[in-house]
Amino acid sequence: MSLSNAPLSSDAPLLQVRGLHKSFGDHEVLKSIDLSVKRGEVVTIIGPSGSGKTTVLRSLNGLETPDGGEILFDGGPELDFQYPIGNTHRYALRNRSAMVFQNYNLFPHKTVLQNVIEGPLRVRKTPRDQAIAEADALLDRVGLLAKRDQYPYQLSGGQQQRVGIVRALALKPDLLLFDEPTSALDPELVGEVLQVIKELAEEGWTMVVVTHELSFARQVADEVLFIDGGVVVERGAPETIFTKPAEPRTAQFLDRLLNPLH
Amino acid sequence: MTIDWELFFSSFGPILSGAITGTIPLTLMSFTLGLFIALGVALMRLSKVRVVKAIGWFYVSVIRGTPLLVQLFFIFYALPNLGVLIDPWPSAVLAFSLNVGGYGAEVIRAAILSVPRGQWEAGYTIGYSNTQTLWRVILPQAARVSVPPLSNTFISLVKDTSLASVVLVTELFREARQIAVFTSEFVLIYLEAALIYWLICLALGGLQGLLEKRLNRYVAV
Repeated sequence: MSLSNAPLSSDAPLLQVRGLHKSFGDHEVLKSIDLSVKRGEVVTIIGPSGSGKTTVLRSLNGLETPDGGEILFDGGPELDFQYPIGNTHRYALRNRSAMVFQNYNLFPHKTVLQNVIEGPLRVRKTPRDQAIAEADALLDRVGLLAKRDQYPYQLSGGQQQRVGIVRALALKPDLLLFDEPTSALDPELVGEVLQVIKELAEEGWTMVVVTHELSFARQVADEVLFIDGGVVVERGAPETIFTKPAEPRTAQFLDRLLNPLH
Repeated sequence: MTIDWELFFSSFGPILSGAITGTIPLTLMSFTLGLFIALGVALMRLSKVRVVKAIGWFYVSVIRGTPLLVQLFFIFYALPNLGVLIDPWPSAVLAFSLNVGGYGAEVIRAAILSVPRGQWEAGYTIGYSNTQTLWRVILPQAARVSVPPLSNTFISLVKDTSLASVVLVTELFREARQIAVFTSEFVLIYLEAALIYWLICLALGGLQGLLEKRLNRYVAV
């Protein structure tokens, strides 16, 4: 079974973001963010905490409402945030993308399988047998089929996050969003989660990943965005960004991440 | 003082029947209705619309700030003067439901707030509406948290239904009082009534334990 449902033929970018702006009170979190994601592409966003990178990601899934700029999906929705948006618009965004959270946010009162089939069953109206068969295939794919009837608390952090990824995949979104997917994990569990994300990237899933894992970004990303102070300071191929960044702020940030002690 | 065992056993039947036909159904009906009111008021208090929020606050404030006996008297003895005549049973059910609604609303509101924000977002990201997220994600988790405090409300209600005797509802305590007055054996009969209340509450405490165990099956203990 192919995990990707994204047609790779179309040349138009799957997603275009233009001039995204967002303030919380007096604090301007996003000043003007531009972003373009082609089908099958992996875009990684790096940047210091409080830089606005998570806000960008959450806006794409309708979890934050920007107060300016545009989010345009090829095939819709096409939202201009200078106009008020409602829940219909948010549902339309969530119909195209699915989010994997830093803290997994699995439903603790549901088993692994129930977590995964809930969206397909209740929202996408997939027949139950089909939803279960697809969920089983996905769980098997990340090595967790044996855990399908357990509750989240019975799993390790790495296993929970793999279920989080499967829950997002089960919705067959065109775009996968990862919000620091390994930041809450014990160091020895980071690898198993990154491995899954890497394999998904290789299979052609389109994704935007906010992460602090530089080696992961370097291996997997097609484009890296460095966001600081609500603007994209620098963007480019990972090799360029990581080896010869053009902006001093990028160099400074990378240096702090690689050599935290001096 | 000697215990009149014969009276104890002969009165046990009528008092117990008062419990079975009065106290228990009165409690169950009022608690069920009261939970619906409580959920509604809790959601009002969590609403972003100021007027709705204020109405919820006002309701809780009035219910908690006035005696249950006064509420009961108002419904049964005062409303008729305003042209609203309600029979004893419905009066009692109404007063107790409104009361449970006020206390329960605060419990449910706190329980909803205790569910982490990320659970709402997880519901949204799989495509749920607000209502679907509330019913399928938030309330099941809030239920677990609210069982111990709602059990308190429930057990209080069992005993509070004895107040219904003053609005002419035949229940456990009214039966007991009639037997006591008729036989003048106040000590024995009132102890017997107290004993039956206690037994009912013991049973409820047991049920609470079972329910908590069931709802705790998905958390690490």
